[in-house]
Amino acid sequence: MSELALEAEALHKRFGAISAAEGITMGVPKGAIWSLIGSNGAGKTTFVNMVTGYVKPDHGRIAFEGRDITRLSPRQITRLGIRRSFQIPQLCAGLSVLENMLISLTINGEHPPSFWRPASHATEVDRAIDILERFRIADYRDRLMGELPAGVRKLLDIAMAMSGHPRVMLLDEPTSGVAAEEKYPIMDLVMEALSAEEVTILFVEHDMDIVTRYSQRVLAFYDGRIIADDAPDEVLADPDVQRYVTGEL
Amino acid sequence: MTLLRSVPAASALAFAALVLAGFVLPDWAMFLVTMAFAKGLVALGIVGLMRGGLVSFGQGLYFCIGAYVSGLMANWTGITDIFLLSLLGVLAAGAIGTIFGPLLANYRGIFFAMLSLSLSMILYGALSKMTTLGGTDGLNVAAPTFLGYAPEGRPLGLALYLYTSAIVVLVGGLMRGLFNSQRGLIALAIRDNELRIEYLGASVRTAMAINYVIAAVLGGLGGVISGLAIGHVDPEFSFWTTSGEFVFVAILSGYLSIPAVFVGSILLEVVRSFSNLYFPNTWQLALGIFLLLVIVLLPRGLGSLTLRRRKAKEQA
Repeated sequence: MSELALEAEALHKRFGAISAAEGITMGVPKGAIWSLIGSNGAGKTTFVNMVTGYVKPDHGRIAFEGRDITRLSPRQITRLGIRRSFQIPQLCAGLSVLENMLISLTINGEHPPSFWRPASHATEVDRAIDILERFRIADYRDRLMGELPAGVRKLLDIAMAMSGHPRVMLLDEPTSGVAAEEKYPIMDLVMEALSAEEVTILFVEHDMDIVTRYSQRVLAFYDGRIIADDAPDEVLADPDVQRYVTGEL
Repeated sequence: MTLLRSVPAASALAFAALVLAGFVLPDWAMFLVTMAFAKGLVALGIVGLMRGGLVSFGQGLYFCIGAYVSGLMANWTGITDIFLLSLLGVLAAGAIGTIFGPLLANYRGIFFAMLSLSLSMILYGALSKMTTLGGTDGLNVAAPTFLGYAPEGRPLGLALYLYTSAIVVLVGGLMRGLFNSQRGLIALAIRDNELRIEYLGASVRTAMAINYVIAAVLGGLGGVISGLAIGHVDPEFSFWTTSGEFVFVAILSGYLSIPAVFVGSILLEVVRSFSNLYFPNTWQLALGIFLLLVIVLLPRGLGSLTLRRRKAKEQA
């Protein structure tokens, strides 16, 4: 059994003339909390998309707990235990918060979704409310997406991804679009919930305070390559990172 | 009102009302309602697809398969029992739907609509050229029997009406259960956000294929009843205008309420019958104006009226 939760070997991906990944190689140990930083277009989201099957690499290999997942579909990868949240929360806009949560629980239940069991069965509703309460968004249970603050949408997106008991969780900019005062509370909630599940976490983030506070290790991306890979303080002190990522030089 | 929210109780009440109506309705109205219910079954299948974000413009395919099964079985094997014919029609339509469903489930929007339409038009073209099946003239269908009971005249119309009503109530109840089920909620979610559903681990394609097969089965059932009610089937059952009528009813009723589908179907038959009677050359115009009015005044269909009433009561 591999001690690495996730491995990437020499991943390459081009979109026309633009190179979004140029030989990305990494190995994420089980239980690690790593962050991915980089300016827009550096290749962070492309990396997340490749790991979760939304985009296929031109070359290279991705493995989850030793198993090759390079050519699997998003659904197959999700079923194996890799979950993701999105930079723009992917929710069902015509449904309430509770219904969104129920969908997630239904799909990830012990049994396949039923043709006869009511979606709003008390057992599932209670479980959905429990999760919403854990993320402190249960008060919004009957609200539609258009009526929700950005932070609640982010939390719901993450809560839905988490309900399948993932072993690896990829969070794509979990605090983007969220008011400054909400960022830490949101990250605290997410980390608290994820730590209870012993999940390996990779999160994409632009806010360096959040990166420093929550991640054990940082990968800095630039132009489809990893230009620094170390503890947060080391990476943020790296001249290349300061030049190309944080803009301090 | 709590009692009416229970599907079995509401179904039983609806069936009792339909049975009583059968004994007072004149023959023409009974036939009209029977046909409207048969077509409503097909439209209900489209409503099931619409909940997942798809609209089929080719349900005439399954309607026609069901109708031809009823005609051919009576002519070739002598089977006239309506229960058996319904079963055979459903099996035939379901089998064809199971072949095409997984293929069509890869497509969305206009591509799905046009592919489904093209399948029904292929059947229309094939039937029109097959003289062994009556060509464009079609086939006469023997009067149905009901577990050995062989009525004639008004009792036949009444028996057919009651059978159709029972089917509508049964299917309506089952579809309500399906729409409220876990699978039903996933279909609604797919309509909103396919990407999210795939990233939760469910197969959107499988869900779409299942909805398509269910729609095919309902199309076949509606076709059997229509063929038996009219006593004649022809390739027009698979023509695009027939499929268009089912879409018309589905849009008219919306996807929020199952009774609305059958009410919408009856409304369409009434508007068509009376406008055909009074404006024989321009009845399609009357139909078009009617649909426009519904779209403008009730964009979510007739079913949204019940939702509005429920919300108003909850607020009160």
